[in-house]
Amino acid sequence: MERAGEVIQACTTDFVAQCYELYQTPSLGTLVRAGELPVYGIVYSAETTSIEPGRRPIARGKDEASEEDIYRTSPQLMRLMRSEFSVLAAGYRQGDKLHRYLPPQPVQVHAFVYISPPEEVKEFAASFDFLPLLLNNSRFPVDSGELTAAALRQMSRVQDDPHAFLVAAGKELAQLLRGDYVRLRTVLGRLKE
Amino acid sequence: MTKHLGIVISGSLTGGIDVKLDVAASIEDMAVGRYVTIEGKKHRFFGMITDISLNVTDEEIAKNPPEADDQFITEVLSGTATYGTLHVLPMLTIGDAESIIAGPQPVKTVPSHFSNVSLSTDADIESVFGGEDKERYWIGNPLDMETKLCLNLEEFVKRSNGIFGKSGTGKTFLTRILLIGMLQKSKAVNLVFDMHNEYGWAGTSEGRGRQVKALKQLFPARVAVFTLDEKNSRLRGASPDVVVRIGYTEIKPEDISLLRETLNLTEQSVEAAYSLYRRLGANWILNIVNLTDSEEIDRLMRELSIHEATFQNLRRGLNTIRRLPFIEPESKTNAVEEILSYLDHGVNVVLEFGRYRDITAYILVANLLSRRIYEKYQERTERAMGEGAAAPTPLVITIEEAHKFLSPEVAKETIFGTIAREMRKYNVTLLVIDQRPSGIDEEIMSQLGTKITCLLDNERDIDSVLAGVSGKNELKSVLARLAAKQQALIFGHAVPMPVAFAPREYGSSTSYKDFMSESPTAKKMETDKDIEKLWE
Repeated sequence: MERAGEVIQACTTDFVAQCYELYQTPSLGTLVRAGELPVYGIVYSAETTSIEPGRRPIARGKDEASEEDIYRTSPQLMRLMRSEFSVLAAGYRQGDKLHRYLPPQPVQVHAFVYISPPEEVKEFAASFDFLPLLLNNSRFPVDSGELTAAALRQMSRVQDDPHAFLVAAGKELAQLLRGDYVRLRTVLGRLKE
Repeated sequence: MTKHLGIVISGSLTGGIDVKLDVAASIEDMAVGRYVTIEGKKHRFFGMITDISLNVTDEEIAKNPPEADDQFITEVLSGTATYGTLHVLPMLTIGDAESIIAGPQPVKTVPSHFSNVSLSTDADIESVFGGEDKERYWIGNPLDMETKLCLNLEEFVKRSNGIFGKSGTGKTFLTRILLIGMLQKSKAVNLVFDMHNEYGWAGTSEGRGRQVKALKQLFPARVAVFTLDEKNSRLRGASPDVVVRIGYTEIKPEDISLLRETLNLTEQSVEAAYSLYRRLGANWILNIVNLTDSEEIDRLMRELSIHEATFQNLRRGLNTIRRLPFIEPESKTNAVEEILSYLDHGVNVVLEFGRYRDITAYILVANLLSRRIYEKYQERTERAMGEGAAAPTPLVITIEEAHKFLSPEVAKETIFGTIAREMRKYNVTLLVIDQRPSGIDEEIMSQLGTKITCLLDNERDIDSVLAGVSGKNELKSVLARLAAKQQALIFGHAVPMPVAFAPREYGSSTSYKDFMSESPTAKKMETDKDIEKLWE
């Protein structure tokens, strides 16, 4: 199982993980798992910042031919920055049962975060019960519709019939967003690949 | 196999039930008039689809629909934000303890919320309409279904019935099928006043322009063809059993009163006919027509206080009748007795009118014969009741253009009005065939037991046919959407609930074979032969 990082901050609804390598953050909408339970989550944001909060990186490429050359000539850069990603807790497993709602406890800090393998994604996406968690969250830096569409697109890639999966997901969205046709259209528009 | 359609979402007993269609069920596969079974918690309901509609959860969708070529969005929206609803009229409860014993019961409640709705299975439909057996006769198939719709003809003939529909919608075919059924599976005998020569020897098939066999060809031993026009019958290849002639003395003022409109008589003339009949007796027509002495006429007129113009009006009318070729001063045969003796032997009688298709001849003959046959039946039934003798064989009289006999103005006077109202008291019932049911007296319409109607498109006709039926508005939409040919709606006494159906095939050689194979058992055939022998 591919390890994506390690939890450095956690609360009931989400957690932040740091990557071991710079820029190795999972894609938006990826399903990950972490912790003992384990808790499942969906990557909703990623960022790369300076390790010291007060120090902002400065532009260095004036005399370089390519972007890679910047890192080659200043190898310390790789150590001065870090990549983090934020994950929305979207479910957990207890015994044999996979629940698609908030876990009772947040994951522990320093828990390893793994990218869920295709079988696990399939199992998780067998029900769309997790969609309300994605849709009704206003705390994201990204639009929740945008995130939902990204997550569903990711999940559709491991399905045997991606189109049927997206249609089924779309139908679920149509139920959840029945009062807001404009938003529904926007999200559906982003589901198409 | 049950095909799940959707779930109950709202409704009422009087207004019908709304069913939200499942995503998987295509709205275009639905059809008004189809049967559905609703699985309630305690009962199973049997109902008919009476309306189909498209709905949206958000009005915005209707205002801002997705692009027509956007497959994905239309696929997603269909069944969720946009969905179909069926309007179902619950008719019967089936399958519970009570209905297993006593047959399907009329609904007294509605299924609870979210009850499952599926297309009725053949078994369900058969439990409602019954399979084909000794009494039940297959008349057709419910629309889009394989199941046979069977009528209990024993029940059917106990009341007067009606077949309606615009011209060219298949009334005649339907009637022929029903006549064959009655001939085979009921104890009743038929007397058919066959205005267009369709039921006796051969009929025509509209559109296909070919001949189809009629009763006599299929059941020679059980049908006798009477004709008013022997020459014409022979031209058509039929050999009539009896040629009917009518004597002047057989015509009564009642017959004239029925002909008032067609003969263009005034009301006074009809009154005069009654007084003249009282005065002149059975030979009244000949007497009136032969009166040439003006003094004698004057005397008679004064005596009966009849106006000169009225008398002339009546005389002109009587002359019209006299010119009908089958009317003779003195009839050698007694048509009524002849018909009765055939009927008594269980032989069905078809009276062909040949070339005399004008309404005057038809009304006159049908009324005159029926009146006297009815009188005989009445007499016999009363005697049977008094002396405990056998009641006469039930008789079904088939008349076409029924609104001429049963219009509000004349229904009270004609014998057909009486038969329709008194129903089966004297073992005589009617089968009325008409294209303008709105012309028939309301009271008579309400007395008809079972009504079968092909397509009607006049609002008043539809109203009069459906008057007094529960779920009238719903049935209206079913009726108005029947195909122009070979589809009909049946409701009333003989069926547990209204049903739209396609009559069984008639006219191909296999269809004849089907009809024949249902014919009575060998034993019955023997009796028929014996009856035939008696006539030789």
